[in-house]
Amino acid sequence: MITTTHYMVLSAALFMIGVLGVVTRRNIIIIFMSIELILNAVNINLMAFSMRWGNPVGQVFTLFVIAVAAAEAAVGLGIILALYRNKDTINIDEMNIMRS
Amino acid sequence: MLTTLTFYTLAFLILVFAALVVTARNTVYSILFLVGDFLAVALLYAAMNSMFVAAIQVLVYAGGIVVLYLFVVMLVNLKRPAEEAIAPQRHNLLGWLLSAAVLGELVFLGVYNAFRSAAGPNLGPAGGTVGFVENVGVALYADYLIPFELASMLLLVAMVGAIILARREL
Repeated sequence: MITTTHYMVLSAALFMIGVLGVVTRRNIIIIFMSIELILNAVNINLMAFSMRWGNPVGQVFTLFVIAVAAAEAAVGLGIILALYRNKDTINIDEMNIMRS
Repeated sequence: MLTTLTFYTLAFLILVFAALVVTARNTVYSILFLVGDFLAVALLYAAMNSMFVAAIQVLVYAGGIVVLYLFVVMLVNLKRPAEEAIAPQRHNLLGWLLSAAVLGELVFLGVYNAFRSAAGPNLGPAGGTVGFVENVGVALYADYLIPFELASMLLLVAMVGAIILARREL
């Protein structure tokens, strides 16, 4: 029998992999994809609890998270493109134009 | 029994694809694994009887966002590898430790709470009709109409912002 705990552990593991990607990779596109993985983990949790309590509001919030993820991806990738045209890099260690 | 098998298969697929996304050297491979991951998550939603969210997951994530990523990777044609880097492994140990700590904490909290409170019925994944389009639609358009409209405004603003940011002469 699959309980909510199973979904929570799956979600935690997916979240962990996303965090791992964010903190270990230097390629900003892969960091963005890791953030998408984290959002997916959140969605799995929302869906699991929606099923658990028999309440569709969790699914509504999942839809909102998906919409916000789409907006975030569009704006973030636009920023990456603009930065690449100006600095010719997608390595976050070299993105320090605001420091000097 | 079948539910259990489905869950473990999909969980395995999700985690393996996610690990491949994070570890792949080539960004294009990473994106393809990301598609697989999103499709597996959509199947998980479908196995939870939530067909509408599963369809939206396929349409928006696997169909829309991933194409956006692919376009950006094609536009950003690097002459040199992105992470030849000064010290590529510099933060890796710390990153592993942090992630392992987060995972341990989350799993501990989940299991602890599961054993602590046996209250409430556990419906299980295929236990109801919560995920059907009708119920989601009623909740979305009756109780959450204003957040829905705000989300559409957010998407419009993000679209305009992305177009302005990606213009050639910025």
